[in-house]
Amino acid sequence: MTAPAQLDRPEVDEETTPDLPWVTIVWNDPVNLMSYVTFVLMELFGYPKEKAHAMMLDVHEKGRAVVSSGSREQMEHDTSRLHARGLWATVQQD
Amino acid sequence: MRFTRTRRGVQAKIEPVEASVLTQCASELLDLLGAADPVPEDPLAALVALPPTDLQPPTDPALGRLFPAAYSQDDEAAAEFRRYTEPDLRAAKRSSAYAVLADLEPLRDSGGKLTLDRDRADLWLAWLNDIRLVLGTRLEVTEDLDDQLDVDDPREPLLGIYGWLGWVQESLLACLQPRPNQA
Repeated sequence: MTAPAQLDRPEVDEETTPDLPWVTIVWNDPVNLMSYVTFVLMELFGYPKEKAHAMMLDVHEKGRAVVSSGSREQMEHDTSRLHARGLWATVQQD
Repeated sequence: MRFTRTRRGVQAKIEPVEASVLTQCASELLDLLGAADPVPEDPLAALVALPPTDLQPPTDPALGRLFPAAYSQDDEAAAEFRRYTEPDLRAAKRSSAYAVLADLEPLRDSGGKLTLDRDRADLWLAWLNDIRLVLGTRLEVTEDLDDQLDVDDPREPLLGIYGWLGWVQESLLACLQPRPNQA
């Protein structure tokens, strides 16, 4: 699975911050509109439209996509914000 | 009912029957959210608003979709996350449903124009998504629903409403520019 969010992660973080390899995953579901998922990713994470759209397509076509990565605490925060908007999100260690 | 952008904000002309359907959706969502509302048994916990110590995952699939497990392979972590987030999330969803009911109240008898400022439009957007999640879960919709639908499908009347809600949500989305980095 490709993980667009991880591509942007500076490599130095991985070496200096041991609790970094946590990710937030959004899972595909049959209800959420594709346009809505893109909109939410742009609002919550400030992603440009192209990036949010690519993540949404990953969710739609591959069943899931990593939408953010960082500390466990931050990923839980992201997950709760996604739940508040009805996206099916989970936290896991990468 | 279709949302359009105006100088005063996002607007939609609502027929009485549409206001009535939306009102019913909001009421049913409130029933669903209220039914499993956790009440702390320990009066001290209730007083200081400590998170409930024993908050089970919802058994109702629609509630399960609104409040999914945050960890798919770690029940303990999922329970801890639920304990700290679900009560607030549930309260927020309840508050949104009440706000929608208040917006619809003046439109129920003879319809009229609904005007939403940006914050209210975001609230409606997430609320529309909530009721579509509940209805979609109840109806066990699939992604290729339109291709499979049989005219004799007993779900047909509700599926009509489900499809209409998606159309309304799409029209609202088309009016809004994303505001980056929302809380």
